[in-house]
Amino acid sequence: MTERRGAVISRNTPENTAPRKEEMSMKKTKSISKNPPIRFNWQKNWQLHLMLLPGMLLLILFKYVPLNGILIAFKDFIPRKGIFGSPWAGFENFEYMFRLPDTTRILWNTLKIAVLKILINFPIPILVAILLNEVRGKHFKKSVQTIIYLPYFISWVILSGMILDIFSLEGVVNQMIGLFGADPVFFMGDKKAFVGLLVGTDVWKNFGYGTVVYLAAITGVDESLYEAARIDGANRFQQIIHITLPGIAPIVMLMMILNLGNVLNAGFEQIFNLYSPRVYETADIIDTFVYRISLVEANYSLGTAVGLLKSVVSFILIVSSYKLANKYSDYTIF
Amino acid sequence: MNRKGKSYLFRTVNVVFLAFLAALCLLPLIHIAAVSFSDQAAVSANQVGLFPKGFTLASYKMVAKRGAFWKAFGVSVNRVILGVAINTVVTVLMAYPLSKSEREFPFRRVYVWLLIFVMIFDGGLVPNYLLVHNLKLFDTIWALVLPAAVPIYNIILTMNFMKQLPGTIEEAAMVDGAGYFQRFVYLIIPLSKPVIATVTLFSFISHWNSWFDGKIYNNQTTNYPLQTYLQNLISSSDMTNAAEAIENALSNVKTLQAAQLVLTLLPILLIYPFLQKYFVKGITVGAVKG
Repeated sequence: MTERRGAVISRNTPENTAPRKEEMSMKKTKSISKNPPIRFNWQKNWQLHLMLLPGMLLLILFKYVPLNGILIAFKDFIPRKGIFGSPWAGFENFEYMFRLPDTTRILWNTLKIAVLKILINFPIPILVAILLNEVRGKHFKKSVQTIIYLPYFISWVILSGMILDIFSLEGVVNQMIGLFGADPVFFMGDKKAFVGLLVGTDVWKNFGYGTVVYLAAITGVDESLYEAARIDGANRFQQIIHITLPGIAPIVMLMMILNLGNVLNAGFEQIFNLYSPRVYETADIIDTFVYRISLVEANYSLGTAVGLLKSVVSFILIVSSYKLANKYSDYTIF
Repeated sequence: MNRKGKSYLFRTVNVVFLAFLAALCLLPLIHIAAVSFSDQAAVSANQVGLFPKGFTLASYKMVAKRGAFWKAFGVSVNRVILGVAINTVVTVLMAYPLSKSEREFPFRRVYVWLLIFVMIFDGGLVPNYLLVHNLKLFDTIWALVLPAAVPIYNIILTMNFMKQLPGTIEEAAMVDGAGYFQRFVYLIIPLSKPVIATVTLFSFISHWNSWFDGKIYNNQTTNYPLQTYLQNLISSSDMTNAAEAIENALSNVKTLQAAQLVLTLLPILLIYPFLQKYFVKGITVGAVKG
């Protein structure tokens, strides 16, 4: 629930910067290996099965067993009676969910915040990577890269501690706004400013990661293309437009497709640590809502129903994004 | 302006712009560090920018005496040691068989589907919460370690690295009669050191940074790991009149809180140079995947 899926998966996306030839051979082996029937082969492969055993047991216990908890969404769950002992409720919880006035608002907030983050987070790393690539000083380039990548590894707990201080009414940011003679902005309580703060700080935390990925992609572009262009008289700007951008287009495309699975992930960890009832109207999202109704108000059935709906829609989105990525970028997860 | 002059201008503007971006990423961290070393009165009067005002170690001395902070610190150290050890062993053990081709290991496909499914479908908050509750893991370190024991992304990364190791090495050992276990221990693990280092660091960061599991799987606040302890300290989300509460609370203990933030961030900063080094390797690993 708290992971940003696309971001983590794309950790090994630079594989797509590999030469085409390798991808071709990969495809070939794939089509061959599709053929063998699934056999357990204990005699020959028992050691391999044994190595997978501890991990699979943990996976089944902690990921597959809880799936029976989904039943709670269709029950009137009473903790004392357990999942199987509680009476059935059919689709009552779902009907109730759609009658709640909050539901549309929360769905809209989730989509709005997630899409804003994706859209604004998208061009910045590409631009920064291209600009960084133009820098000649190796040490300067490396230093900038190291510094802008750092926020990615800081938890939202620590960041929210800093953000609450810096963006408070008397904080550094409002002092600077004051220098221009404008009124202070109540970032933590103003419905519009708060959404801006969410998007801005998310970009701040994550653009360095994207930059590193795109920079690796740019390094993979064939150097001889630039040489040829220089001989033809192309200047730096023309080289960027006609060589660098098309060169990294596949990975840009891939990152965009994988983001599709994130449109219901508006950033639980960030919002949970920054929001307050004052900004629920514009910043309460599915995940924060699920947390409050399930664990604060202890309405487990409703919480499971809302969570399940999100999981199912996310599942469909992620599967489609993988299908698209596989089709257009030869991307495979395993 | 001639072409040379233009390109010189571009380079200068570019460097200035990138330096500004880097500063933008670093300044908040410097600010919070400055606050932690400043005199409380100067902080309350909002006089601290990027340099400590009235330099003092008072807040660090106060944190040093804070039992709750160090208790939480201990829980975090525990979960990191146990969690990273389990994560790394599971990752390496699973990545090796999965790096085999389907011709050699036809059942691989079943395992892969089992992993992919949980990667993209999540039971949701309540089912996971109830499972940990029913297993009686609440308020134990296992609640923070076991549900996250199988790091699928790390497994993928390690598997991709092992896939690109030259197959001839294993073939030679196979001719000598070495089984999978022997080849794994004596050949694959030594060759996979860079990727093992990478996933160990990733796992360290994710265990050190996670706070939500600590919050929902502990009834006693004394069992909170450090990030959850801090979250509890900072967060306003469960309070009703939050905005005022923040403003009040912050002005009182700003320096103390800043010191605790800095101390929590410190392990990440210490490990960051190594992470940088290995992450670049990790990227090259991905690039040569075949």
